[in-house]
Formats: sequence, structure tokens, C-alpha cells
Amino acid sequence: MSSNKEVLLDPLFNENPIALQVLGICSALAVTTKLETALVMSVAVIVVTMFSNLIISIIRNMIPPSIRIIVQLTVIASLVIITDQVLKAYLFETSKQLSVFVGLIITNCIVMGRAEGFAMQNPPLKSLIDGIGNGFGYSLVLIFVAFFRELLGSGTIMGVSILPLASEGGWYTPNGLLVLSPGAFFLIAIFIWILRSYKPEQVEAE
Amino acid sequence: MQFTPAKTITFAALVCLVCGVFVASAAVALKPLQEENAKLDRQKNILSVAGLLSDEVLADPAKLKSTYETRIKPTKVPMTSGGCDEANALGAFAAPAGNKAKVAMIPNCAELFLVTDAADANKTETIILPVEGKGLWSTLKGFLAMNTNGVDIKGLTFYSHAETPGLGGEVDNPKWKAQWSSKKAFKAGSAAPAISVVKGKAKDEYGVDGLSGATLTSNGVTHLVQFWLSAERFGSYLKNFKG
Repeated sequence: MSSNKEVLLDPLFNENPIALQVLGICSALAVTTKLETALVMSVAVIVVTMFSNLIISIIRNMIPPSIRIIVQLTVIASLVIITDQVLKAYLFETSKQLSVFVGLIITNCIVMGRAEGFAMQNPPLKSLIDGIGNGFGYSLVLIFVAFFRELLGSGTIMGVSILPLASEGGWYTPNGLLVLSPGAFFLIAIFIWILRSYKPEQVEAE
Repeated sequence: MQFTPAKTITFAALVCLVCGVFVASAAVALKPLQEENAKLDRQKNILSVAGLLSDEVLADPAKLKSTYETRIKPTKVPMTSGGCDEANALGAFAAPAGNKAKVAMIPNCAELFLVTDAADANKTETIILPVEGKGLWSTLKGFLAMNTNGVDIKGLTFYSHAETPGLGGEVDNPKWKAQWSSKKAFKAGSAAPAISVVKGKAKDEYGVDGLSGATLTSNGVTHLVQFWLSAERFGSYLKNFKG
């Protein structure tokens, strides 16, 4: 049985859901053109994985096995809708930019993967911690990707100009590739490359 | 634990009920705040294109509201012969097939906004027209501000679009938007809109610099502005407008 600390920290580097399991790539491409949207998306995913793991774990012994996936999905979907409603009420500008992608957390494989793979077998507290850990693991990659995409693609960080753009009298010509989705693929690949060079045991056997 | 079909169905119903109650209460409880946000956002965009959105106004929602109420006067303009009477006002009709702005429906009665003079509430300073049309990925929705002479453009701003950030998304760039304020929509004696987004640098007062790397978005903006300025849409209203 792994300790709570391992459950929390393993998903960051040792078992990162994006880098090792290559889950949740779709939203990692869509919301990472700006750091601000990536941060809000990170918080939303952490909240959803955290609570979905907690709730599923509490009711895990009551869920009939024949309908467990649909029950998990119902809980996750409800949490996502509530998160979306809260964002629309309190962070209107950012929620406008995130648009459909908050709703698409429902389809994020990380959330359901942890509910089915961890929360169904583990006690509530441990599941809660696992949810937070995996949410952070996802966020880590999201923020890494968004940082470089915004810096090199738009010359800004959190909307503040860092590299003055040539079109506005500065010297920096932004890299158009990075604002498009393929840019995120390259950055995720670089992240996985760095991680696996540092931890060669993560490389899949040929 | 034994799971009989009856137990399974009861459990499923219970989960649905509990989740339903939570989702419904969140939606109902937060609705006033969300509607307020959406309204404020719309007012902010109208004030922004009217040139009334200073930092001071932007920082204080109460001030934004009062500025909006004192300076902006909504008005209705019929888009069909039916006019804006009650029976007709809420409907919409299909836009001409194959129009370049790819507009699907036109409201029977369009709502536009008059900006009144700070000193005299009966004097109109600016006319704000709602415009929309297809860009590359998305429908761009925004406002076009016109001088009361019906020819000079005062500004263009989009409040909703999903164009590529950094390329077509540069329709939000303040520098690009600022160009619109010195342009003319029509050539003298012609009812057809002359304003367009050109490739590269604009040469005259009827052209706006193209967005580099975003030809389709630029063309979309040209088409949608021309669509709504044409005589069948707001063109005739602008022509007849006198102070």
C-alpha cells in the first residue's frame, strides 16, 4: 500500500497522466495558447478530479458493478456543470475564452481513469489525495506548455508584454506555429523527452 | 453485497436525483450573477466601440452602468417592410442565399444603439450597428460605430469570435481596431459600401490593413461589414439619418 505522500506526488513526475499515460491531450492543446486560460483550466480540472474521486470512493461499495461507469459519468458530469456555472458567474471573461472546453472536462480521460482505476478500490481520503495529485500532474504539463506557447507565440506572459513584438515596434517576430495546435504537440513531446531522459525507466519497452 | 435489478434501478434513480438537485440548484442560484455578467459585458462592448470606455469607467461597474444609461439610447430599425410592430418584432427571416458574409438569419427588427451627446440627450453623436458574419472558424459578432453623417466610421469591435489566437484573433488588437476610426464606409454618391480590409497596407480611406496570416478572417470582416452596411440592411437608415 503506497503512502499518502506518494499518492499525491507520484502523478507529478513518476506517473504523470499526460507524459506517461498520454491521457487528456485534447484539452491540453486547446486551452494552452494563453497562460491565464491554462491556469483556470488547471484549477477546474483539479477541483473536478478531486471531488469526483472523493464522491466515487465514498459510494464505491454501493455502486452496482453493472452500472458503475454510467454512475461515475453522472457524478463527473454534474461536477463539471457546477464548475462551469461557477466560472460563468465569477470569472466571466476567462470562461468566455475557455468556452466549450470546461464542459469537455467530462470527456477528459484523466478524470474517469482515476475514478475507475483508483477511487473504486481505495478509501475516500486516499482517493481525494490521488485526485489532487493527478489534477496537479495534468496542470503541470498544461502550464509548461502554455508558458512557452504564450511567450514564444505572442511575446507575452499573462497578457503582459515580455518580448516586444516587431509589429508593435519591438524586435521579436512571434512564432506562428506555437499559437496553433501543432505547437502544443511539439512542447508536450519535448516535456516527455526531458522527463524520460531523466527517468529512463518510463520509456516503453520496444 | 447482492445487487438485484431492483436495487440497481433504485440506486441509479437516487444518483440521478441527488446529482440533478445539485446541478439545478447551482444553475438557479448563479443565474442572476451570470445574466448580470452577460449584460455588463454587452454594455462594456457598446461603450468601448462608442469610445466611452475609459479606465475609470472600466474599473467600476456602477459607473459603467450609469454611463451606459445616460449616454446610450437603444432604438429599433425594421429590416423588412413589416416594420417593428409588436407582432413582427421578434421574428427573423432567412438572409439571401449565398451572401458572402454567410449570415443565415436577419431579425425582422434590428436593435441598434444611439450615443447621445454628453450635454444634450436629444442630440445623437454616434450610431452603433450590430454586425455579424463568418470568419475562418467562427461567427464574428461585434459592433460598428458610425458618425451621424452616415459615412465616417468611428470604430469596430468584436465581442464574440473564435478565430486563431495571434492570427485571425488579432481582430482584437487595439492597434488594428484603431485604424477603423479614420475610415469612410461609402464613396460619395454610391450606396454600395466601399470599405474593405485589403491585403497588406491600406492605400486610401476606404481600406484597412489586412491581418497577416489571416486572409480568410480579413475577408470575413470585409464581407460582414459590407453586408450590414448595404442599402437593404442599415445603409438606407444611415442615409436618412439626420442629427
